[in-house]
Amino acid sequence: MTTEPESAVAADSAGATAAKENQPYLDVRDLRVTFRTDDGDVHAVNGLSFGLERGRTLGIVGESGSGKSAASLAVMGLQRGRRTTVSGEIWLDGENLVTASAERVRSLRGREMAMIFQDPLSAMHPYFKVGDQIIEAYRVHHDVSKKAAKTRAVELLDRVGIPDARRRVDSYPHEFSGGMRQRAMIAMALSCDPSLLIADEPTTALDVTVQAQILDLLNDLQKEFNSAIIIITHDLGVVAEIADEVLVMYAGNAVEHGGVQEIFSAPQHPYTWGLLSSITRLDRTRADRLRAVPGNPPSLIAVPAGCPFHPRCQYADLAGPATRTERPTLETVAPGHRVACHLPAEARVRIFREEVAPSL
Amino acid sequence: MNGHDTTGPSPAGGAPAETSAPSLVKPDLRHASAPAAVVADTAAEAEAAAATAASAEADGDALVRVTGLKVHFPVTQGALVARKVGAVRAVDGLDFAIRRGETLGLVGESGSGKSTTGRAIARLLEPTGGKVEFDGRDITHLSARSMRPLRRDIQMIFQDPYTSLNPRHTVGSIIAAPLKIVGDLSGDALRARVRELLELVGLSPEHLNRYPHEFSGGQRQRIGIARALATDPKLVIADEPVSALDVSVRAQVVNLLGDLQSELGLTYLFIAHDLSVVRHISDRVAVMYLGTIVEMADRAGMYEHPLHPYTHALLSAVPVPDPAKQHRRERILLRGDPPTPLNPPAACRFNPRCWKAEDVCRTVEPPLVEIQPGHQVACHFPEERELV
Amino acid sequence: MAGFVIRRVLGGIVVLWLISVITFLLFFLVPKTLGSNPAVLFAGRAPSEAAIAGVTKKLGLDQPLVVQYWHFLKGIFVGRHFDAGPDKTWCPPPCFGYSFKNSEPVWTEITRALPITVSLAFGAAVLFLVSGVGVGIVSALNRGRLVDRAAMTVALGAVSLPVYFTGLVLLLLVSYQWRLFPNIHYVAFLDSPLLWARNLLPAWIVLAFLYSAMYARLTRASMLDVLGEDYIRTARAKGLPERTVVGKHALRAALTPVITIFGLDLGSLLGGAVLTETTFGFRGLGKTSIEAISTGDLPTILGVTIFAAAFVVLANILVDVFYAVVDPRVRPT
Repeated sequence: MTTEPESAVAADSAGATAAKENQPYLDVRDLRVTFRTDDGDVHAVNGLSFGLERGRTLGIVGESGSGKSAASLAVMGLQRGRRTTVSGEIWLDGENLVTASAERVRSLRGREMAMIFQDPLSAMHPYFKVGDQIIEAYRVHHDVSKKAAKTRAVELLDRVGIPDARRRVDSYPHEFSGGMRQRAMIAMALSCDPSLLIADEPTTALDVTVQAQILDLLNDLQKEFNSAIIIITHDLGVVAEIADEVLVMYAGNAVEHGGVQEIFSAPQHPYTWGLLSSITRLDRTRADRLRAVPGNPPSLIAVPAGCPFHPRCQYADLAGPATRTERPTLETVAPGHRVACHLPAEARVRIFREEVAPSL
Repeated sequence: MNGHDTTGPSPAGGAPAETSAPSLVKPDLRHASAPAAVVADTAAEAEAAAATAASAEADGDALVRVTGLKVHFPVTQGALVARKVGAVRAVDGLDFAIRRGETLGLVGESGSGKSTTGRAIARLLEPTGGKVEFDGRDITHLSARSMRPLRRDIQMIFQDPYTSLNPRHTVGSIIAAPLKIVGDLSGDALRARVRELLELVGLSPEHLNRYPHEFSGGQRQRIGIARALATDPKLVIADEPVSALDVSVRAQVVNLLGDLQSELGLTYLFIAHDLSVVRHISDRVAVMYLGTIVEMADRAGMYEHPLHPYTHALLSAVPVPDPAKQHRRERILLRGDPPTPLNPPAACRFNPRCWKAEDVCRTVEPPLVEIQPGHQVACHFPEERELV
Repeated sequence: MAGFVIRRVLGGIVVLWLISVITFLLFFLVPKTLGSNPAVLFAGRAPSEAAIAGVTKKLGLDQPLVVQYWHFLKGIFVGRHFDAGPDKTWCPPPCFGYSFKNSEPVWTEITRALPITVSLAFGAAVLFLVSGVGVGIVSALNRGRLVDRAAMTVALGAVSLPVYFTGLVLLLLVSYQWRLFPNIHYVAFLDSPLLWARNLLPAWIVLAFLYSAMYARLTRASMLDVLGEDYIRTARAKGLPERTVVGKHALRAALTPVITIFGLDLGSLLGGAVLTETTFGFRGLGKTSIEAISTGDLPTILGVTIFAAAFVVLANILVDVFYAVVDPRVRPT
């Protein structure tokens, strides 16, 4: 499925519901995930909307408590607990997963959409052989013999670059090194040729040279299978390397969403500015002090009223009183670029150009 | 890619490899040994290299000097009687010095031995070989009792803010603990010092009766820093102090470490795998691979003119937050995983993964030689490349 | 793997040997250091002078300790003569000692008591494993709900009530009041399986009540732990049906510590469930050892001790091996 960059970005949440033909492969609308706890309701995801086409990679950036993991687990249908409420719409290839039955979503899980996690050692069952775990992933969605499934497992391990796959298929997870384990996890996720792959911090626990290999592998696999990839990370370098689009999340919501080049060269949200200013870079020796974002990430039980970022935003006063009372919605500021901020657009562009960009 | 050429300036004079034993007189660096690509009499060359390395470090006041440091962990086997069948050569011959007031960044991947090095210098473990000198004194094999008074001068900050603080102790007692051990202060003076330290790291002094779980990750790391500074140390060894923190919090803690260094005149050994943080905070950087240093240089030299192929691979692997630039950059992909130090390759440890490896790399271990002023590399075919 | 097993077995043998030494010293050396004559203790309650002298000769108590121990050890394998001139007693192998009070080898007493204890232990084990683990799993899957809270409360109560209380209450009700199980006595399995089970059932229930409470709590905790692990999330992410996630992935990992504890419990149960046996009047190993203590029959106590220790050591070895079989991380590479 070929796509053009403009249509790759989600339909406006404020706009009318997209016609089915134009709907992106993954279309998330106003997703809300709430956990009921003894201390109160945790609003992990607070109205998230975005879209993603096949063959494209979306990088979701955020810190702990931003809701990025909760959102992707919701997409996978893994948030169906008794104390969890999921509302909104998650359209996958024209089907709404929120209203679909649990059984239907389960049949899609692993087959149409797959997920890989941060720590490959704890994410694989220590008692079962790696090959058997891949075989299981394949056989739950395909009615084939064990032998056929094993051949497929060996093929997959080979495809993800594990040497001596025929022998390693009978190894246990703890017998692999970190990088090999993550490759094995990728093989397991890809066993049913999913169209959507969600990678939750897939390289955070790996060495940097191994990270480069894994990102390279993901790129290759995407080209081969034309899958949509969501990569969740806090590392802006990884995003720059592998993503086509970037979604910046804060306190359960998207604050900025756009093409990767746009987000890095012309970001328009103070939180994005804060992130870009506060990171160290390999290619520059920055000024003596980094421009840290003051304060701490907010509690998701007591999300600040109005714009959730306003207590930490140094431009909150410029944005007017609405910033304390009204949550800003995502608005398109340029083709494919949306921002949720009360600051007037011209002010944002000016501030970035004059104050933020010089220090980057 | 012909590795025989060394780009970059070669020292004037190109003095022959046979230099006399290290003298205390500051040597003329222009006569440092010729580029290692010229494989001359290797024994003498090694000696000369050590000489120049050692004497080069005599520049500036060395607070810590490490010579031939080895830390090997025995691997035993056997049912009733444990027999030593091998050793994990975590640190296998390090030579470097940390100058007073500087920040030396020690980078490497898993298996490089960087954390073990930090612990060996802090004497949390006893080196198997070589020598560690602190402030002119040989501390390599000091007994626990002799080491105790020195512990106030060498402190560590650890990686995980969640597990490095005892959850049963209040913040105040965590910070006061080193002071109590040293025995200088007590009572009101002690409490006053704890408050002072909390303020120093940007926390409110009223919090000294709280427990660690009441704080966020970044705050806990600040508590760890306060604890490390309690005894007014000269050397602070920070082992991945910001890796476990969120991005925005990381900046706060990095800034804090920088501020504290200028304020208190601290010397840092900053151990990390994150090359971009190391670039920000270090004056000099050493790259470790499988227990040895493969390259050591000042910040500009390391990042702008790296010489060792492993450094090249490492730098090219770190993504830069600039999409256009990132896609333009040269990328070197290493095959396989970082090897374990259980059975390191012979001679040059990097040779199985090195694209330039030749026979000499498999038979002769390249010594750490000063190729350019202030820039040492251990390679038979060093080459300058721009990768960031 | 074979090496692993061999090492464990060898280790077990060493432990058993050490136990035999320590037990031996306890029974033969300590009384001496305390000033009393072991012969007196061995001869039973209020022995006569002649009896004491006879015992001293027979057991060779006047010989050096090492020799005594050697005879004792040898006796276990090839039998032993208890010799006092004309008065000879032959104790066939395995000779764990000779009870002068009962005038029979300790081994005979053990072989008589063992089937009772084994029946009691295995029957109870089946019951408490099934009920305890079952309740634990159900509780874990329904965490926080009524069934969970109710089960755990009952479990807490069961764990807190001593066996002699629940045993007597049950006995009172089912045997005397309701006459469901009148006249409880042991019937050998080979004599009549039906009667065997019927007579043992109340004792099984009493033991199971206590143990299943512990196992329910243990299983629940272990299950909850495992259900929170990353690999369970991965299993769900693969699209596995919930029953496979719980039944295959979670259960296997959760039951490993439970089986470990079970092995140890079984080992000690086989050494004799004293309270239960006494309450119900079964002369198993537990009751035998209690009687021996109250009558001062040292050889029997000594023999039963070593025997029970052997069970525990064996159970430990089996549990270790089981762990290595189930968890590949434990196996030596």
